[in-house]
Amino acid sequence: MTRKEVFDEVLNIIGPFAVNKEALEGANEQTNILTGLKVNSARLVDIILDFEDKFEIEIDDDAADEIQTLGDAVDKILEIKG
Amino acid sequence: MTAETDTTRRRFGAEQRVVITGMGVVAPNGHGLDEFERALREGRTGIRFVEELKELKFGCQVGGVPQGIDEIKTEYFSPDVLMAMNSSMTFAAIAAIDCWRDAGLPEHLPEEGVVDWDTGAIVGTGVGGVDTLGDKVVAGVTAGRTKRLGSTMVEQTMSSAVSARIGGLLGLGNQVTTNSSACSTGTEALIMAADRIRAGRATRMLAGGAEGYSPYIWAGFDAMRVLSRAYNEEPERASRPMSASTGGFVPGSGAGVLMLESLESARERGAHIYAEVLGGHVNSGGQRGTGSMTAPNPEGVRRCIRAAIADAEITPEEIEVVNGHLTGTMADPLEVENWRAALELTPETIPFLNGTKSLVGHALGAAGGIECVASLLQLDRGFVHGSVNCEDLHQDLEKFSSRIVRETRESSAKTLAKASFGFGDVNACVIFRTVDE
Repeated sequence: MTRKEVFDEVLNIIGPFAVNKEALEGANEQTNILTGLKVNSARLVDIILDFEDKFEIEIDDDAADEIQTLGDAVDKILEIKG
Repeated sequence: MTAETDTTRRRFGAEQRVVITGMGVVAPNGHGLDEFERALREGRTGIRFVEELKELKFGCQVGGVPQGIDEIKTEYFSPDVLMAMNSSMTFAAIAAIDCWRDAGLPEHLPEEGVVDWDTGAIVGTGVGGVDTLGDKVVAGVTAGRTKRLGSTMVEQTMSSAVSARIGGLLGLGNQVTTNSSACSTGTEALIMAADRIRAGRATRMLAGGAEGYSPYIWAGFDAMRVLSRAYNEEPERASRPMSASTGGFVPGSGAGVLMLESLESARERGAHIYAEVLGGHVNSGGQRGTGSMTAPNPEGVRRCIRAAIADAEITPEEIEVVNGHLTGTMADPLEVENWRAALELTPETIPFLNGTKSLVGHALGAAGGIECVASLLQLDRGFVHGSVNCEDLHQDLEKFSSRIVRETRESSAKTLAKASFGFGDVNACVIFRTVDE
């Protein structure tokens, strides 16, 4: 998958969780998932599970903790997929 | 209200009078006040054959399930909220939002940060998020996949799931809690909420009950053989309170939520007042005498009714209509006799009596909420709905025949008593009276 394809999928997955729909419209790799998109922090768990299913990977807790922005998520997914 | 009652209230100090200023209902035979009223007036049942129950080999294969809720829930809730909503929460929250709007209160977006510190919620459930436990938690944990459960299990299975969701959706800042007292839950919630406003600790409280639809919720009752089994082919005839040919109750689901408000605040806002909560009482029969975990001690029931009347400062003769608990079990004749004895009237002079479960089934923890809405619609809109499927009254009820309302009639009744009773030998009785504006 290209970086762009991964980014688009990440955005698809996070979309329904995003409370700030305006920020979602203009989201880029620097957009912060919690402070920018206003995703409820408890829901990060569900987003990680959706990443695992979509990209057929396993994301351990330490790796999950490093994801702050949409770009972080793309980096981590690409890194684990190898 | 008479001036005399005003004086009486003042004599007892600063106690607030409590009125109902909004209602929301998600019932098996109708969502929303107008549709529910039509169903009650027309005797339209919400009891249907439930294929899933047949597949699961239930003895009872009929039930009351609100229709069309999946189709409308996206209008009420955002996608991130819907991810964590089981059926009891969905029914409760739709009824609560409808209730809020009916009361004419302002709606704010969450990001505005507005908290209504004067409004709370006591919305109960009898069984709670057992659908979530059965469908997700048990399956996931047993398979060693706890990590895969996601973040939404706790908020759907905690006992306070229904009230917590309502509190968040509406931005409530007063007490927000869930009560649970089996089938008396909804009526108990209303009385507890009224107490809080009377005491001056809240200006408004949403109160009521909710119960989800799930075979897991109904299974235990089916196993107890207390559910109707003989009318699976004729669902509309299955729920038969007071009938000689009833074979048990029909399980139901849904929610009824009411806005309780101090009379002072309601008048200040110019809100529509459905009725005043004139008085109420909750108690238990102690599971002594003929009372048990599953059967009422008549002494407890009678004391509860009498205490509600005393609290309302009225005489039994002033009660014009009784909306009974009346489930469609052999406890119905006992209940009616308890009303008669508590009111110290003859069978020919007891108030007019009906049972809403004949049209919606027994919605367990939601029953009191849904039936209080039915009670208040009847007072406010001037009718008493027919209690269906009791053409063949139980022989012990024949002497009450002239007082049992079987066909819907217009009514100018001002005072109604509503009671709910539940496993654990618990009782709740509330008295409503219309208010001259």
